[in-house]
Amino acid sequence: MQQDNWSNVIKSKSTFSLSSIKEVWHYRDLLWMFVKRDIVTNYKQTVLGPLWFFIQPILTMLMYVVIFNRVANIETPVSPVLFYLSGIAAWNYFSECLNKTSSTFKDNAYIFGKVYFPRLILPLSIVFSNLLKFAIQFSLFIVALAYFVFIEKAPLQPSIYILLVPVLIFIMAGLGLGLGMIITSLTTKYRDLTFLVQFGVQLLMYATPVIYPLSKVSGSRLESFILANPMTTVMETFRVAFLGIDKGVFNWMHILYSILITLLLLLVGFYIFNKTEKTFTDTV
Amino acid sequence: MSNTIIKVENVSKQYRLGEIGTGSLSHDLNRWWSRLRGKEDPYLKIGETNDRTQKGSSDYVWALRDINFEINRGEVWGVIGKNGAGKSTLLKLLSKVTSPTIGEIKYKGKMASLLEVGTGFHGELTGRENVYLNGAILGMKKKEISSKIDEIIDFAGVEKYIDTPVKRYSSGMYVRLAFAVAAHLDTDILILDEVLAVGDASFQRKCLGKMNDAASNQGKTVLFVSHNLSQVQGLCKKGMLLENGHLTFAGDISTAISKYTLSGNTNNLVNVSAIPRVGPRADYFQITKLQIKNLNNSEEYFEEDTIEFVITFESKRQIEDCVIAFSISDSLGNTLIDCRSTENYPKIEVLPNKQYTIRCELPLPIKSGSYQINLGAASFYGILEYVPSVTNIELLSKDSEDNNALYKPSVGMTIMHPKWQLINN
Repeated sequence: MQQDNWSNVIKSKSTFSLSSIKEVWHYRDLLWMFVKRDIVTNYKQTVLGPLWFFIQPILTMLMYVVIFNRVANIETPVSPVLFYLSGIAAWNYFSECLNKTSSTFKDNAYIFGKVYFPRLILPLSIVFSNLLKFAIQFSLFIVALAYFVFIEKAPLQPSIYILLVPVLIFIMAGLGLGLGMIITSLTTKYRDLTFLVQFGVQLLMYATPVIYPLSKVSGSRLESFILANPMTTVMETFRVAFLGIDKGVFNWMHILYSILITLLLLLVGFYIFNKTEKTFTDTV
Repeated sequence: MSNTIIKVENVSKQYRLGEIGTGSLSHDLNRWWSRLRGKEDPYLKIGETNDRTQKGSSDYVWALRDINFEINRGEVWGVIGKNGAGKSTLLKLLSKVTSPTIGEIKYKGKMASLLEVGTGFHGELTGRENVYLNGAILGMKKKEISSKIDEIIDFAGVEKYIDTPVKRYSSGMYVRLAFAVAAHLDTDILILDEVLAVGDASFQRKCLGKMNDAASNQGKTVLFVSHNLSQVQGLCKKGMLLENGHLTFAGDISTAISKYTLSGNTNNLVNVSAIPRVGPRADYFQITKLQIKNLNNSEEYFEEDTIEFVITFESKRQIEDCVIAFSISDSLGNTLIDCRSTENYPKIEVLPNKQYTIRCELPLPIKSGSYQINLGAASFYGILEYVPSVTNIELLSKDSEDNNALYKPSVGMTIMHPKWQLINN
């Protein structure tokens, strides 16, 4: 018998290995193509074009100012405009990553049923294309910050923790991607969970200090619940980094905890996703 | 290292029938429980052969069962079989869209599959952007696409529209652009699922030419699934035949085709009375049987063979002026031949409750392909009976070895023997 060296083997059971990561790297051009597609097609045939990326957070922020600040009287440590803008940008990034990746299999069943490429490319492309949207919305926050610092002479002092921003972005993206991959894998056959996710994400926002500062719940029984949410640290650290050391809660242990949760979710997500992608076209 | 490029070993694919709900949940829990105890999946033992026409007792079917074959480098294989024989499932497994339930598929080098052209095309993007996107989906690098883009646009013939969103394209332009991307794929193995059935005749010929070129000049290995036997015959040297999920033959293409047409033509005696009727008819009259036979004593039908049609009918009432007719139409429903018994025979006087049989001999001057036979009868008072698509016949091309496609007429439906002469010699 001659020994053949097969370059590829298709088996019934999947094996999670480094080769799947290598494969994603091989298809990196496709990843950028999808990112470009998502961004470009978003505002085709609109007059205002990419301006819509600004309009949405501005209107949301105005709404929050009216409802939560004026009506509900929730105090914020800085001007509510800055407080909500930072919260909205970060929360939107996380929730869009989660929402979109959690329906990857269902939304792309048709294309997945016709051609093979590493399925991971699609959730990854969602994370990257939303990153651009996040950058645009965050730049809005920066502009507002500059206005308050230079024109209004507000006592705001960005801190050294600004260097942690890449880590914060990684946590947000990783949480959205990891959770999303788990959910999309679990919902290919039984879609019950989809309903939970849709309003679950909305509810989760209230368990995250987006519209209120963490200091508001400090000392109460709620605090540990809210701190268990890894997004809490992201919100607070953002504010500490850009608005000043006294404008939020900063704790290295919280950061470490969020990173660990993120890594865990990513690992579980990759594993389940990898296991599901082989046969989901039969059941989706 | 041997010359084998694809090796398929003991591959089976099981599908579950019916809806997903609490029923499938209980099966899943069962499966999970037996896996926990280290036992085999209990549902792998059951499952039936995939025969759509019979109602099965099991919730599971084997779309493919114990498939084994090897393909050598540079071979062009045609995969043939009836609808539901497992052709598409096999291609899906080979192209990694889904995994086999049991078994292994091994291959060497790069493989690309076209189960459809234009997968991932986005209506809002321009033609050029879509070429890049689609190319990348098919596994091409951006650099690779850039180096070929002019060629692709040229092949598709849509230069003027290349920077317009594809949603403004005509369906023909869309498909041509999509196929052009696929045709410029640079892979070792190419898997095609009837994608050539697109575009107009001249574009189809262009595609076939490109495929032929890929196979014969560039040494690519091609797997081609099609219902169009004359296309398969023209393109492939090797063929495999799938029947109800089993691989019943793998070898040279002409044997595969003849086995297929044999299995398709076994019902050359058709029980017409069992076919449900639609439309106006006389309830006292019935065509009961149709028998088709090649008078060359071949089990297959070739172009221009003389075919015998034997039609049996009966009536409960007396009819003085009965006419029996049959017609032959192509897969698009165009009638090519309309043949009536009054053409060289007087009207038939039919007595009640008696069986009559009438025969007709006809050389078929039509090109190879798949054709439908329709039957009918009429009298002075109107239509007695009309039964569309009673059966199918596969008409094969006589010379499969002739590769000089240029010298043979490629469009048109009929076969003629014109006599040409050069006058100003």
